[in-house]
Amino acid sequence: MSDRGGRVSLGKIFAVFATIGAVSFGGGIVAYLRRSLVEKEGWLDEDGFMAALEISQTLPGLNSTNMSVIVGRKLRGAAGALVAVLGMVLPGAVAVTALGFAYMALRHDPKVAVILTGVAAAAVGLLLQVTLKIGWKQLVRPADLAFVVVVFVLVGILHVSLVVTLITVAPLAIWMNRPRGVGERA
Amino acid sequence: MNKIIELVNNFALMSLLAVGGGTAVLPEMKHDTVDLHHWVSETQFADIYSLGQLAPGPNMTCVSLIGYEVSGVAGLLAVLIAFFFPACLLCYFVSKIWDAAEGSPWRGAVQRGMAPIVIGLMLAGCYALGKTASYNPSRDWEFNLLTLAIGAAVAVVLSVTRINPALTILAGGAAGYLLLS
Repeated sequence: MSDRGGRVSLGKIFAVFATIGAVSFGGGIVAYLRRSLVEKEGWLDEDGFMAALEISQTLPGLNSTNMSVIVGRKLRGAAGALVAVLGMVLPGAVAVTALGFAYMALRHDPKVAVILTGVAAAAVGLLLQVTLKIGWKQLVRPADLAFVVVVFVLVGILHVSLVVTLITVAPLAIWMNRPRGVGERA
Repeated sequence: MNKIIELVNNFALMSLLAVGGGTAVLPEMKHDTVDLHHWVSETQFADIYSLGQLAPGPNMTCVSLIGYEVSGVAGLLAVLIAFFFPACLLCYFVSKIWDAAEGSPWRGAVQRGMAPIVIGLMLAGCYALGKTASYNPSRDWEFNLLTLAIGAAVAVVLSVTRINPALTILAGGAAGYLLLS
């Protein structure tokens, strides 16, 4: 990373992440990140990108901001991580604030209300499609499906708190996927 | 000031619980902000989430609008920082350790174990939003049929084409304007 062509300036890191944060409409930020960080800037190679993505997806927090932290840290330490996250978040935060102010001024207009109803209905379809697409790729075993159902019922229907759900279900799920041989050796 | 502290506590916890992305905390966030604290109504929550889909960047920046509803600009900034900072800080330190644990077979175990949990949480998020946005009991069946159809159409279009998802969200707004009034 940083060994390739010297230190990257903080301004450059901010500019690259702010550009991604400003143009990545409709989700799928990972694709934008890959194009920019691997193909355009050459800050990461393909393996480095996948490794960073792996951590981002496993840790809590948004994939996009976790990626910003990891890449920013690799380039310029804590300061690099900070400017990368700010770059990623600020354009969207400004845009959503502007949209929010417009929404608050206009939400009682019946025309605006039906537009927003249509937008919300479409957002559910988008979320469902993303969920099914990820689920389809990753979940191949019946035990996985059982965990999906249990978590859905606990959190979605019974409103069991997320802390309780994660503390009870996650260790069990990780243990069931433990590396082969570890359990026997212990 | 008390409200700001409540907001920060709530969203900082969400930040650290957002395994597999922000969608995983949607059901809990909706339950807390709508049913428990009454910071926003069910419809507002669905609307705010939708606005997030129309903005670029991480779509969960929209949570800042819940902060604005509660206590103005201070609430907006407080929620934005509370929702993003803790997870980023955690990632900063854990990714350092993670690099050191390279090659540990437990990394794969954590990923495979967490994957179905994330999917279950995302489905719960769909359900929590859909209860207002796709099927609203206070509306007649024709209205609900149309909102369900808009969602289904978006899911199908995104499954069979490579269109930018933001365009399907805009199309949903247009369909709402033309069909629902």
